[in-house]
Amino acid sequence: MADHFLHGFNSLVDWLRANVRPPEQFTLSYAGERSQFIRLNHAKVRQAGDVQQSSASLKLIAEGRQADLRLTLSGDHKIDCQRLAEALEQLRQTLPLIPQDPYLQLNEQAWDSRHQQQAPLPDNAEVLARIEAGAGDLDLVGILAAGPICRGFASSHGAFGWHQANSFNFDWSLFHANGQAVKANYAGQVWDPQGLDRRLARAREQLEYLGRPLKTLAPGQYRAYFAPSAMEEIVDLLGWGGFSAQAVANKNCPLQRLYAGEATLSPLVSIAEQVSGSISPAFSGEGYPRSDLRLIDQGRALEQLTSARSAAEFQRQANGAEAWESPSALSMAAGDLAQADVLKALGTGLYINNLWYLNYSDQPAARITGLTRFACFWVENGEIQAPVSTMRFDDSVYSLLGSQLEALTLEREMLLSASTYGQRQTGSSHLPGALVKRLTLTL
Amino acid sequence: MFDSTTLLRQRFAALRSGGEFFSLRHVRQSDQHLSVRKNVAEPPSLGRDEGAMLTVRVSGVEAYAATADLSQSGLQQALDRAEALARQIAAHALLDLRDQPVATARADYLSPDMDSAFPSLAECFELLNQESASVPADERLVNWQVSLGLSTVEQIYLNSAGAELRHAQRLVFPGFGVTAFDGSDSQTRTLGRDNFGQQGGFDVIQRCGLPGAGKRIADEALQLLLAPNTPSGQRDLLLMPDQMMLQIHESIGHPLELDRILGDERNYAGTSFVKASDFGHLQYGSKLLNVTFDPEIREELASYSHDDDGTPATRQFLIRDGLLVRPLGGALSQFRSGLDGVANSRACSWNRAPIDRMANLNVEPGDKSLEQLIGGIEKGILMRTNRSWSIDDARNKFQFGCEWGQLIENGELKGVVKNPNYRGISSNFWRNLSAVGDASTFQVLGTPNCGKGEPNQVVRVGHASPACVFSQIDVFGGDA
Repeated sequence: MADHFLHGFNSLVDWLRANVRPPEQFTLSYAGERSQFIRLNHAKVRQAGDVQQSSASLKLIAEGRQADLRLTLSGDHKIDCQRLAEALEQLRQTLPLIPQDPYLQLNEQAWDSRHQQQAPLPDNAEVLARIEAGAGDLDLVGILAAGPICRGFASSHGAFGWHQANSFNFDWSLFHANGQAVKANYAGQVWDPQGLDRRLARAREQLEYLGRPLKTLAPGQYRAYFAPSAMEEIVDLLGWGGFSAQAVANKNCPLQRLYAGEATLSPLVSIAEQVSGSISPAFSGEGYPRSDLRLIDQGRALEQLTSARSAAEFQRQANGAEAWESPSALSMAAGDLAQADVLKALGTGLYINNLWYLNYSDQPAARITGLTRFACFWVENGEIQAPVSTMRFDDSVYSLLGSQLEALTLEREMLLSASTYGQRQTGSSHLPGALVKRLTLTL
Repeated sequence: MFDSTTLLRQRFAALRSGGEFFSLRHVRQSDQHLSVRKNVAEPPSLGRDEGAMLTVRVSGVEAYAATADLSQSGLQQALDRAEALARQIAAHALLDLRDQPVATARADYLSPDMDSAFPSLAECFELLNQESASVPADERLVNWQVSLGLSTVEQIYLNSAGAELRHAQRLVFPGFGVTAFDGSDSQTRTLGRDNFGQQGGFDVIQRCGLPGAGKRIADEALQLLLAPNTPSGQRDLLLMPDQMMLQIHESIGHPLELDRILGDERNYAGTSFVKASDFGHLQYGSKLLNVTFDPEIREELASYSHDDDGTPATRQFLIRDGLLVRPLGGALSQFRSGLDGVANSRACSWNRAPIDRMANLNVEPGDKSLEQLIGGIEKGILMRTNRSWSIDDARNKFQFGCEWGQLIENGELKGVVKNPNYRGISSNFWRNLSAVGDASTFQVLGTPNCGKGEPNQVVRVGHASPACVFSQIDVFGGDA
């Protein structure tokens, strides 16, 4: 199947190279997947499906103008070349209708990048049997998504990129009869049945704590520990504009004051876009090889994610960011708090496994709000006492990851995106847990 | 329009399956997104999408396969994959659908003015350029953007029970945003964008108020920059329709989705504080609260004749005089729960299966003019245009923020305040509904971005609402 995608992409590139006429130039980015989605509720299959899809985004450039057209591909060479021809014609008719683009910038390098991984994926029947055996009589709900994902890029300047990998992502929760739940995930590129068993067993252990009587906290300020999966929600929110060159320039950046040098985070905080070693492609859909970038170093802002358009508009170097300038391989440096010592270091406070639905209550001040979700515990003197009912927090990033940050964990977790909007995503976050001296709960 | 019909009919008729029921849902969509930022046209972004979902039921177990290969062999292969998957999961299936009725209807549905021409790409850019240029020169105005999204969607649904349902919709999404910055704080004022979309033609752009709005939007951004923060404390809260839509969406729409109540969404979108046993019994809001599922307001984003499973769509009260009476549940959820629902089984495209979604979810108008709403408030605040939303996974504890706030004292509108936020608990909030605006305050709005489901889906939903007053709500400002 993966070879079928690559063959299809090569056919499109060959056709374009033969049919795009100088001074026209093109870029072509490509995405393909064959995905099986098995959705579970009460540890049974609620819905199952198979999605085969591929699409190409064609950019045509001529006389200082550019326009883009994204088209769905059928997988049939003849039909797809016909669709590409129609798309090319539509773009040719569009370009004269629009003004020249002062921020047009193309990468004219003829780079070559290829990555293919074809580790076998498990059979559905085997996985379902394993899940059923591991879950037993537990109330499991979630989704298994598996199959090959492909990304490609080519340009009239001779650039060529291909990224293909088989992967799976089993994202699930176990629910206690009292409505409390623990969230877990098993994702990667090499399926290991024992890996799934271990995660199911760990979640089952946590579920036992959730059977204790629920503790309701009053609004106020508490010591708190954010597990890596909770930290993922915070950095995901910051990722929307927080490191974007356009957002910084247009004063829409939630870390505006950090980039202006008016505020700092804790010296413990260093954040990078760490493409090397991640599961995402080494090239962008705009046709730039992606480099590793130090976004925040010891609490101070450094580099910004810069797309080709921002590079031209704000006189910066393009660095492989997509047009929306969000990180997709974010990595936060580890600290020195051993995971085994987290409860002891927390002492008395809130252990937060997951957060939910974060947003800004005051974006220029980087003040964020959100809720606890899944397996959050009240801890006293280093011992878990009780699960806590859902609480809302409202606090500044400059406090949580700044003045009130006490420690980051030595161990980090690699969290692979379970997002499937439009298509399965290849993003990841590599994060430690964070111990904070003061978290403000409001409701 | 619907020019694939004959070919699809032929190919569907030639499909072979070992299942007792199968269907084909073909979707063809074209998109155009145009934008001018700070008087510079951005590259137009165009799209063409086409594919089909084949669903099959084998001994009561359903599975689907989605493909963009619409040849006879491509469709047959997809149907075969779906059938193989249905057999593979049979031993683990949650549902036995052998007794679930299937759709048999035949109908066509078109957006209003579907046949009228939409302005050309060049004409659209001319409008956007004009509006962008209308933003006054002021060094504090650091960014502004005018945009126009246009989608045309055709869907053809066929099934082995003889149903044939065709929808053709044209959806328009105008937007305008201006950001003002004073060296430390920034404030953004918008029109449209995620808070507005309708079915129709150029009239949608006019109804949005985009033409000629630049100066006012820019002025309001500057006013916000100079305004004090919203004071903290309890006040009566007057929500205008472009915040009411978010309030309805998050704290009525999502909690009433029946698949959430049945537990399907517990791992991702969440559950609900509403239980199946609450329908017919729970006093959801004050007696002034009337909420409808209404697919019959033609310009509203999710008006249609049948949902994506083929269930006929009709107007239904979900909450009447404050009493919860009906969930947002499509045919499958109704079959599972035994509750009456609505025709809201919807998919975002051909590559995702229908699930319970909001469609058009509206608060019905009351009897007060805007002047009467304001006049009835001793100490309050008006808020308009959502900018921040957050609610727990059971859709109960919420905190929302708006772009624009204006204090109300002794029945009169007073000064502008920035960073207006409020928080509450859904199950209490609607019981504090103390006044409902009349038809003169009623607006038909909608958003293109409602996310839910595993695998994830974003759908368009419509919300229409009058302005409403809620008594004694906890409001507060920002840090800046």
